[in-house]
This record gives sequence, C-alpha cells and structure tokens, in this order.
Amino acid sequence: MPKQTPWERIKNFEEVALGYPIETAVEEASRCLQCKKPFCNQGCPVGIDIPGFIKCIVEGDIASGVKKIKETNALPAICGRVCPQEEQCEKMCVVGKKGDPLSIGRLERFVADWEAAQGKIEVPDMAPKTGKKVAIVGAGPAGVTVANDLIILGHDVTIFEALHECGGVLMYGIPEFRLPKRIVNREVEYVRSLGVKIYTDFVVGKTRTVDQLLKEFDAIFVGSGAGLPWFMEIPGENLNGVFSANEYLTRVNLMKGFRFPEYDTPVKRPSRVAVVGGGNVAMDSARTAIRLGADEVHLVYRRSRTELPARIEEVENAEEEGVIFDLLTLPVRLIGDERGWIKEMECLRMELGEPDSSGRRKPIPVEGSNFIVPFDAAVIAIGNSPNPLIPMTTPGLEISKKGGIVTSAETGQTSRPNIWAGGDIVRGAATVISAMGDGRIAAASIHKHLMNKE
Amino acid sequence: MAYKIIERRMIVPNLHEFIVEAPAVAESVKPGNFVIVRPDEHGERIPLSVADWDRTAGTVTSIFMQVGGSTAKLARLKPGNTIPTYVGPLGKETVIQNFGAVLCLGGCYGIGSIYPIARALKEAGNKVYSVLEARSSFLLYWEDKFHKVSDKVFIITRDGTRGKKGHIGQIPEMLQQAGIVPNLTIVNGCTFQMMRMSQITKPLGWKTIVNMNPIMIDGTGMCGVCRLSVGGKMKFACVDGPDFDGHEIDWEEFLARRKSYNPEEVDPLRHSSCRSHF
Ligand SMILES: Cc1cc2nc3c(=O)[nH]c(=O)nc-3n(C[C@H](O)[C@H](O)[C@H](O)COP(=O)(O)OP(=O)(O)OC[C@H]3O[C@@H](n4cnc5c(N)ncnc54)[C@H](O)[C@@H]3O)c2cc1C
Ligand SMILES: Cc1cc2nc3c(=O)[nH]c(=O)nc-3n(C[C@H](O)[C@H](O)[C@H](O)COP(=O)(O)OP(=O)(O)OC[C@H]3O[C@@H](n4cnc5c(N)ncnc54)[C@H](O)[C@@H]3O)c2cc1C
Ligand code: SF4
Ligand code: FES
Repeated sequence: MPKQTPWERIKNFEEVALGYPIETAVEEASRCLQCKKPFCNQGCPVGIDIPGFIKCIVEGDIASGVKKIKETNALPAICGRVCPQEEQCEKMCVVGKKGDPLSIGRLERFVADWEAAQGKIEVPDMAPKTGKKVAIVGAGPAGVTVANDLIILGHDVTIFEALHECGGVLMYGIPEFRLPKRIVNREVEYVRSLGVKIYTDFVVGKTRTVDQLLKEFDAIFVGSGAGLPWFMEIPGENLNGVFSANEYLTRVNLMKGFRFPEYDTPVKRPSRVAVVGGGNVAMDSARTAIRLGADEVHLVYRRSRTELPARIEEVENAEEEGVIFDLLTLPVRLIGDERGWIKEMECLRMELGEPDSSGRRKPIPVEGSNFIVPFDAAVIAIGNSPNPLIPMTTPGLEISKKGGIVTSAETGQTSRPNIWAGGDIVRGAATVISAMGDGRIAAASIHKHLMNKE
Repeated sequence: MAYKIIERRMIVPNLHEFIVEAPAVAESVKPGNFVIVRPDEHGERIPLSVADWDRTAGTVTSIFMQVGGSTAKLARLKPGNTIPTYVGPLGKETVIQNFGAVLCLGGCYGIGSIYPIARALKEAGNKVYSVLEARSSFLLYWEDKFHKVSDKVFIITRDGTRGKKGHIGQIPEMLQQAGIVPNLTIVNGCTFQMMRMSQITKPLGWKTIVNMNPIMIDGTGMCGVCRLSVGGKMKFACVDGPDFDGHEIDWEEFLARRKSYNPEEVDPLRHSSCRSHF
C-alpha cells in the first residue's frame, strides 16, 4: 500500500498509509481463491463474510461490498486500519501458506473509504419503534456498536460519554497519523443520524449513577473502556517529564497539543524520549514523540522483537521513522535532577528463558548488567486496568480480580439484571474488534431480553 | 454541548464568581466535588471546585482565580455566553458526619469551596469553626454566608486590616484562647496553604483533610496526570480524592509536579499571596 515516505511523515500528523487506488484493490482482490470453506472468516472475531466482500471488489461492485461488510461490522473504515489482521483473518488465509496472505484489512479499508468518498452513506432498514429505552455508558467502539445495532432494531438509544468528544480510545489514544479523527467523527455522526441521542460531558457514576439511569431505562450497556494506566512501580515515576501513554496521547490527540499554542493544552517537546512497552500504545507514543521533534526516541522493551505485541505494520513504521528499539531492556529506576525532572533512566539487560503462562519466553534479568541512559522524558505504555468508575459506583456488580466487570461470554450480561457490559471494561486493554464483537453479542442479548419482557 | 453562563463577576481582585447552568451537575453535586470546564473549543480542560449550587434553578457556582491562559479566558465570559464543556460532579465528596467540632480553613478560591462543606457539616450537627484567611481585607468574600453556617468565624489577614493580623501559624493559639479543640480540620485553598496547615497540625495530632489540586485532564482516572503519593502509595486525585489526609502527602513531589507545565514561566500562584503562609 502506498505510504508517505518516512522523511516526509515524521514532520506531520497526517495519515501514513494512503490507501489503495481502485486498480490495486481489484488486483489484490483477484488473488483471493474464493475458498469453498474459507478459514479467513473464522479468524475474524465478528465473522465478516470475507470472500463475499472480496468478490464484490473483483466484480467492481464496491457498493455491495460495503453492504456485505456492514452486515457484521459497523465500523469497517476503523477496523481496516487498526485491527491486528496478521493475528486474525490474514493469519488464517490459505494464500498465506506460501507467500503473502491476502491484504484483507487494506481491502476492508478500501471499501469503507470508497463509500465515504461517494458522499452518501446507505441507511439501513429500520425496524418499527419498540418504545424500549436503552442507555449506553461510553462512546468507544463497544458502545457505538451496541447503539448502532439497537437503534436499527427499533429501540430508543441514548449514549452517555464522559469526555467532550466521542470515540473513546479511537479519539484520545490512537493518533491522527494512524486513524484520522474525521473517520471516527464520521462513524459517530452516522449513528447519530440513525437517531441515537448522545450526551457528552456526562460521567455515569458521577453525574448520574447506573442505578439512577435504571429508573429511566429498560437496559444499560456499560462500555466504559480501560482507564487507570499502570506504572512500573519503580523509583522516580512521579518525576516531572514522566507520563502515562494515556496522558501523553490524550494531550496530543484529544486536546490537539501538537497544535499548541493554537490549542491551549501544552505538550512537552523533549529531545530524548524513552517509551517503555512494546504494544500498539508504545508504538503510537514513540511515533508521536518523533513527530513532536525529539532527537532520539527509544522504545524500551523487556523481551525481544518477536514478542512485541504491537501490529507488525506499526513496528515497521516505527523502525522506518527512526525509533530506536532497546530490546531485552528493563527500566529499574528513573533518576531526577534537583528540580524534580527526569534526567536519566537506569536499566538492566535481559535474556529470554523458558516460555511463561502467556506462551512467550520469559525475560530474565542479567545480573550486574545495570547501565544508565540520559533521557529528558519517559512515556510509560505498559498497560491499563479497566476504568474503575462504574465498578466503584455500582453496588452489586461482580468485579474480577483485575478490576473488570464480569459478564457471561454468550450474552454479555453482568451479575445484575438489566445491565450488560463489553469491551475493555470487561477484558482489560484488548482490541477494537473484540470490543465491537462484545457489543454485537450484548446488543443481540439486550434485544432478546427487551422483546421477551412484555 | 453548550452551557450557559449565568454570572461571571469579579468578587474581589482576581477572584471570580462563576455560575453556570448545568442541571445534571446541579442535581447530584456534593460538597468537595469539582467540575471540569473548557472555556472554548480550543481550550484546555481545567478543574474547578464547586462552591455552591441551586438544584431547582439547575445552576452551579465556583470561585476561580485568574492565574493563566484558561482562567483568563473564563474571566472574559459574560452572562449569556456559553462554554463547550462543563462536566461533573467529579471526585469523591468530602466525608460529612457528626465529628463533633470541625475547623474549616479556607483561603483564595478555597473560601468558596469550603463553604458548602461547612454548611453540610453544620447540618450534620457539628460545631463548625470557620477560619477565612487572606492577604488583606479587600480579598475576603462570603463572610456573611459563613456566619450563617458556623458557630464562630475567625478572620486572619496578613496586614491586619481585618480580624487577626498574621498568618495561619497562629490558628492553634487562636483556637486555644477560644477553648476550642477540633476533632477534624479541613483545608481548602492553594497548595501552599494546605501544605503549611498540614505541617502545623501534624505535631498537634489534629487530623487534617486537604482538597488537592494537581493538574488534570480527563478527571475520570484515565490519564494519570493527577497522580500523587499519599502514605507512600500512588493515588489518582480525580478518582481516589481530591480529599486526602494532609499528613500523608508527599508535598515536595506534589509541588514539583504541579509546576510541570510552567518551568520557564514565573509561577503565577507563587507570586500572589501564597508564599506568605511561610
Ligand atoms: C494508544 C492505543 C492504541 C491502540 N491501538 C490499537 C490497534 O491498533 N488495534 C486495536 O485493535 N486496538 C488498539 N487499541 C485498543 C483499543 O483501542 C481498545 O481495545 C478499544 O478502544 C476498546 O473499546 P471500548 O469501547 O471498550 O472502550 P474505549 O475505547 O476505551 O471507550 C470507552 C469510552 O467510555 C467513556 N467512559 C469511561 N467511563 C465513563 C463513564 N463513567 N461515563 C461515561 N463514559 C465513560 C470513555 O471516555 C471512553 O470514551 C489501542 C489502544 C490505545 C490506548
Ligand atoms: C480538584 C481541583 C479543584 C480546583 N479548584 C479550583 C477552584 O475552585 N478555583 C480555582 O481558581 N482553581 C481551582 N483549581 C486550580 C485550577 O484548575 C488551575 O488554577 C487552572 O487549571 C489554571 O489554568 P490556567 O490556564 O488559567 O493557568 P496555567 O497557565 O495553565 O497555570 C497556572 C498555574 O496553575 C497550575 N495549573 C495548570 N493547569 C492546572 C490544572 N489543570 N489543574 C491544576 N492546576 C493547574 C499550574 O501549575 C500553574 O501554577 C483546582 C484544581 C483541581 C485539581
Ligand atoms: S482464506 Fe484467503 S483466499 Fe481463502 S477466501 Fe479467505 S481471503 Fe480468500
Ligand atoms: S485527571 Fe486523568 S486520571 Fe485523574
């Protein structure tokens, strides 16, 4: 897929991957074998009819391709850009057995962007109004999916979102250069156009509790996502210049700090940045730091390159953009100057031992290998716990040890009647598509429940 | 969204009374909560404590001090204008029980935010002793409101133009003379005042609650910028606080973190009255 060149893109926040022109899309789609028993579908958490939509592209009937995808996935422009396809559909594709698998994600993106470029989005058939009212907590991918499904089924749907913009992580976490915010806004405006009511600046649990909402609504879906960033619990983490990835990315994405002082929220532009972690969040932070003009950005990760949990495409992008990978390295201490600002990081070298419970080889510190590197900022991107606000303010909800809401995998139902949940609030930090998959399951269960209640 | 400004008026130099129409917030707000506001579409999200409310009218009042860019924008608002973000009530409310005798100390904007705390404590049957502290008499406000909810109101001014001349260091002696031993001390004000009072009460063994004001963004526990060390543990002020035990806070770290976005600038707070608590 065509991309902005690294030396161009490190100076801007525009999208890196430019998308397929139609000729390339058709050519790529033609590689599909149209398997009788396709495996790709099974790799897709929401079970998109992949050969089906690819066939439409080959036949040049993109509009039908859109329809096919939207039968199971309401947000293809987003999933096509951010799903870890190499772990899902593309991993299963038979063409990939020898050579490159079909670029299913890029084709999905192509179809969704084609639709947007037509300027008119097809409105689905709407069921007659049922008079049932559903409240949704959080306008992330989980919440938006539930809203989309339930409004089409005729229910009255209201989303309550804590921030001043909708989209959840898609808005505040994933940077513009990977997922343009106009795409997120477009999807949100779409569900709004279907009749979903959206209240921003509304923190459920605070502005009104779940129990108060239950007096007014027949069912509630909680999609409040991950919050509460983890820190390493090593000395020096409260020094100035040490940020959680959420803070760093929120300043830049949601608050548009990269356009400070046009926008009021400041963001630091340090020259030597350490990003700790190896997932998508770490890649996004490192690449953001590069774009903010850092001289050197180091990604500090305790395992080796093969274990990096980030999408492979983003790892490659980060490498091209000049991010330095300090692999098999574990920070043990952050050292401050006399004014309380970070100036150095002490690390240990690691080596890989036997596979651990996650199946990845366990990193073991090499004794006495301590070394100190100068940094004037550190971004901690090692994970998040589920957002604590709803668990804290909703008595009787069963909560897991890790702080997530416990649900039934088949229905998304929580331990309390009339309350469903899904996405990162249940799974901890996971993926966009799994949040949407949860939303889909919960919506079906809510619908069934509401229609049986008469 | 759009929230209507009902009132924005300078009540004493540099401090503004700020009343906003926000029925959903007004409905559930409690003493010790705060709201997050954004003055315009390009604005920062800044936290402000609540100082009063009218549930029937659906309005919420704060007192803010003009210190930097965002508060300067707020200070230019007129009744009838709207702002795009006004979200709350955030944070845990101040614990209100019958403690016996409670000392409520307010300074700067904290005179405003401690008022509903004093009122609720009074309603809960406490003896409420309010202490209002300012550099000079012309910086005091809401004295009459405090008289209605306090058993006694003490005034301290740095220059002695009203009440006792001096600083908060004299509070223990002042209370002793009046024969008062508080079961609980609550302080709302600038960081220096809260820190200083915690240092004063610690050797006396007076339990002291302070209303912390770190830099914040989301106010929902998502970003971690509001973290501080309390009793050696990392806490997030927006969801675990903002009220904490003043004797447990790592003040040095807190002060450094709060200044993280103005290292080159002269810290505007420090150059107002706040250093005079020393
Ligand atoms: C930087 C970053 C990069 C990522 N990259 C990828 C990627 O490339 N691919 C991928 O698949 N996944 C990625 N992820 C993970 C993915 O974004 C999440 O798994 C997904 O967004 C979870 O969706 P959700 O709807 O459960 O929650 P969220 O997206 O977190 O949305 C939750 C929403 O609820 C709101 N909310 C919270 N509490 C309340 C409340 N009490 N009241 C009202 N509203 C509330 C929040 O403000 C938020 O808007 C990334 C995550 C991050 C942080
Ligand atoms: C829970 C809480 C309640 C608060 N209540 C009030 C109140 O009732 N009245 C009031 O006047 N102020 C209150 N504050 C402080 C107020 O939020 C800051 O004064 C305001 O954000 C400064 O913004 P600015 O752009 O005008 O100043 P800036 O130029 O951004 O900064 C000026 C000074 O304010 C500090 N500051 C900057 N941003 C923040 C921030 N987001 N949070 C805290 N401090 C910051 C800086 O360290 C600096 O010293 C409260 C803060 C918190 C966390
Ligand atoms: S597995 Fe690959 S080749 Fe087979 S249908 Fe799916 S995308 Fe096409
Ligand atoms: S303000 Fe972001 S976690 Fe508290």
